[in-house]
Amino acid sequence: MSENLSACMMRMVETDYALSDYQSDIAPRWCVGCGDTAILTAMQKLCRDEQLAPEKTVCVSGIGCSSRLPHYMNAYGFHGIHGRALPVAEGVKIRRPDLDVFVTTGDGDCTSIGAAHWIHAIRYNMNMTVLLHDNQIYGLTKKQASPTSPIGQKSNTTPFGSVLLPLNPLTVTLGVANVSFVAQAVDWIPDLLYDILKKAFHHRGLSFVRILQRCPEFMQHRFDDYVRDPSKMRILTHGNGLRLSPEVSRVYKNQETHDPLDMGRALAIAAIADEIPVGILYNDPSVPCYDDLRAGERPSTPALVETVLREEFDKVTIWPDDAEPVAAE
Amino acid sequence: MDNKAEQAVIERQPSKPRPKPAVVLSEHIVEIVSDSGEGAQRCGQSFGAIAARSGNGIWTVEIIPAEIQPPHRSVAGASGNRVRFASGPVTNGGNEADLVVAFNEQVLLSRLHADEIKPGGIILMESKWRNDRNAGIAASYAQVVEEIRTRGFRVYEVPMEVECLKLVPDPRKGKNMFVLGMLCGIYSLDEGLARAQVARIFGKKDQKIIDANIELLDAGRSWAETNLDLRFTVPAKRATEAQVVMNGNTALALGVVASGMEVCAMYPITPATSTSHYLSNIFEKVGCVVHQAEDEIAACAFAIGASYAGKCAVTITSGPGLSLKQEALGLAVMAEIPLVVIDVQRGGPSTGLPTKVEQGDLMAAIFGGHGDAPKVVMAPSTIEDCFYSVITARKIAETFNMVVMLLSDASLATAQQPFPRPSFREDWLAPPVNQSPVPEDAKPYDWDPRTGIATRFIPGQPNGMHCLTGLAHDRDSHVAYDPEINEEGLLNRSRKLAALQTTLRLPPLCGGDSGEMLLIGWGSTLGAIEEAVGILRAQGIAASSLHLKFLQPMASGIGEVMKRFTHVMSIENNWNDPLSDPLITPENRRYSSLALLLRSRYLVDIDCWGNARGQPLKPTAIVAAVRSKLGKE
Repeated sequence: MSENLSACMMRMVETDYALSDYQSDIAPRWCVGCGDTAILTAMQKLCRDEQLAPEKTVCVSGIGCSSRLPHYMNAYGFHGIHGRALPVAEGVKIRRPDLDVFVTTGDGDCTSIGAAHWIHAIRYNMNMTVLLHDNQIYGLTKKQASPTSPIGQKSNTTPFGSVLLPLNPLTVTLGVANVSFVAQAVDWIPDLLYDILKKAFHHRGLSFVRILQRCPEFMQHRFDDYVRDPSKMRILTHGNGLRLSPEVSRVYKNQETHDPLDMGRALAIAAIADEIPVGILYNDPSVPCYDDLRAGERPSTPALVETVLREEFDKVTIWPDDAEPVAAE
Repeated sequence: MDNKAEQAVIERQPSKPRPKPAVVLSEHIVEIVSDSGEGAQRCGQSFGAIAARSGNGIWTVEIIPAEIQPPHRSVAGASGNRVRFASGPVTNGGNEADLVVAFNEQVLLSRLHADEIKPGGIILMESKWRNDRNAGIAASYAQVVEEIRTRGFRVYEVPMEVECLKLVPDPRKGKNMFVLGMLCGIYSLDEGLARAQVARIFGKKDQKIIDANIELLDAGRSWAETNLDLRFTVPAKRATEAQVVMNGNTALALGVVASGMEVCAMYPITPATSTSHYLSNIFEKVGCVVHQAEDEIAACAFAIGASYAGKCAVTITSGPGLSLKQEALGLAVMAEIPLVVIDVQRGGPSTGLPTKVEQGDLMAAIFGGHGDAPKVVMAPSTIEDCFYSVITARKIAETFNMVVMLLSDASLATAQQPFPRPSFREDWLAPPVNQSPVPEDAKPYDWDPRTGIATRFIPGQPNGMHCLTGLAHDRDSHVAYDPEINEEGLLNRSRKLAALQTTLRLPPLCGGDSGEMLLIGWGSTLGAIEEAVGILRAQGIAASSLHLKFLQPMASGIGEVMKRFTHVMSIENNWNDPLSDPLITPENRRYSSLALLLRSRYLVDIDCWGNARGQPLKPTAIVAAVRSKLGKE
């Protein structure tokens, strides 16, 4: 114990990153009351508590309100193009195991234009933390229905109400081969959001966290019932999942002990319609990671390149005066 | 086969007549065509390899159907190889074939319909179809043979399967080695070299298999020497330096290794994919990764991510894939992330001609994205050039933080040509990834006003934290929509092209420095154009050619060169509107890509000639086009 404490103290002295070390010099430009703010705060707290070196932290995003997040983090940010955050992040990670990679993406970015990448990213199971900011609407382009919008949602492209059932990001993710970590959080319970992000960060593999997030501009009352009535929230707890503080436990009494290795129950929980489950639905640390599988056995060196080129050229060389090495035959 | 039976076979063989002296040729073009899966491609490649090892110059062209298993005996299913071999170096596939081996009459028809066989040329036909149990097939065969004889071709009917059956139970499998032996006999190629080639092909297999195939090879040679009055020799001279023989896609893959790039992200697409196949076999050995992404867009985004966090990466594709990557390429341009894009062009638009050649992507490469997105575009023109161009492309990409597009095509992809064996140089490789601290006051886009270049900050570098963005941004990489800041970014990204341009030198002209006709080309057409220039000059026409490696930016001095010639014409393997069409006028005519670029840049009324028939351009066709333009038909 004392040893741990002193190690901890040493670390504080050596690096000592404060919350402000993860805040960029740009003030967030999200609307007042936007759930993205809570997610940004939770991420910065996580970085501080984990003492992540800002230069070794990379936040990759696509396009949308949520994808502005990397601008507000003091880290390496990559604010790319719509739907492609995941393949960019995979490229970042493939040769850089030393970097901590976070992906922030929205419901349009991930489950619509980037849906192919989402499914394959789950299957690759690379070491990164993916935050799906799901406000169930397109915000930056000004109120169009998204794949996760509830049926009947009125928007600028569905003025008479959307006609399709929404896509459920949890069941979809749980259905993909090699899925290793799926959780759900909500922006209005910051303590649990933080605890879930922390679990996600420590998971080896791709951790997928869907965060239900309020959009005060276009979905004003979408989650009011849930915010007002804690019994509509189902909190998942487990020795290998979330452990609730007494404060949280007192407010959120609707709890279920759920083993994150129980895929059958995870799927059932993911499909619950009248309550919002919060916690770790699935966590299997044994799933192999693509970046580990594809990590070279040896680093690339000039000598190695020269050797392999020589071997390859030997196979197709015509030597003058028949000085052909016999081995090539 | 026991000893007695062997003895009986030998006794039944007629005694060998003394071979008549071989006719000496300076070059010949041989084609072997079969149904897909009958081994004509392997036969052709092996024949080319034996000729190359003998010291002949060679150029081989694959004849590829679009389907893996097209219907048997169909015109569309013709599969095989063309081998042009000569006493001196060969730079292109040449004109019509002198000698064709056809495994059935339908695949022969495909070559006849494409006008790929020389009038009066030699045709060796598998004769088994004459007695086919299916009367329709037998009649079709007889009719085609009759017709081609009438048209003046020299037809030899060869009982290939009948002869092979004497040695192997399934003659369909061994026929190609019999034909290889037959060709080696016809062209007096060395027996030892031929046997060594067969051993090389089946090297990983059982010795029994090698022996059986060598028997087939010898049987083919012996049958040809006994039964055919065809005996040629194309004198060869072995090079004094070591030569390597490979196709363009292999050269590109080896170029990727030699360039020091460490990540290749791709998605399968013809005719580019064999580059990635080759790379997949060797890249892990040098500690690097080929990632097959879920789609073309992901492949490009993955490569961009890898480049951003490390050494420059590469993505390899063909036309449809290039179209899909365009938005991501715009991001790499905007954020100034180095990237090499290899585009092995095929016929377009849409799915087009997947296995056939076209220089159709020049405009897409230069102007394909939205907005002003300056990229470097270069085109290799030989197999050797495919190898070295990747190294150059990587260096430019990393020096200028730019996207460099490399336009190869289906012709270079599968063509084989010997070139001097490269000697490894450490300066080909990318330097280690910079992880040193960024100076306190440095900004991620500190554009140098002279070159437009800014030193990029790579994740892991202390003090370099910033948020890269595809939005308009200032020197701090902060999103900025101000008019001045937007134009500052545009100017500096454009400046980099101009800075690169000042370092480029115009390639030397082929032919003379001035004259009647200047031909300008790019990419895989180099050999055919220069051969045409040689023919034209021999005919007394003062023609020259200029072949561009850099299409964007272009080297200085092209305008001056053009002024020294009465006529200028681009020669391109892509579409242009024919003026003979009643609707086409000089005003509405759509020009070939390079011609259009040169016309707009130099305000010179140059013409263009070429076609988009899916075949490499032929030297004689270029000669005819030039003579027609000069009114000297």
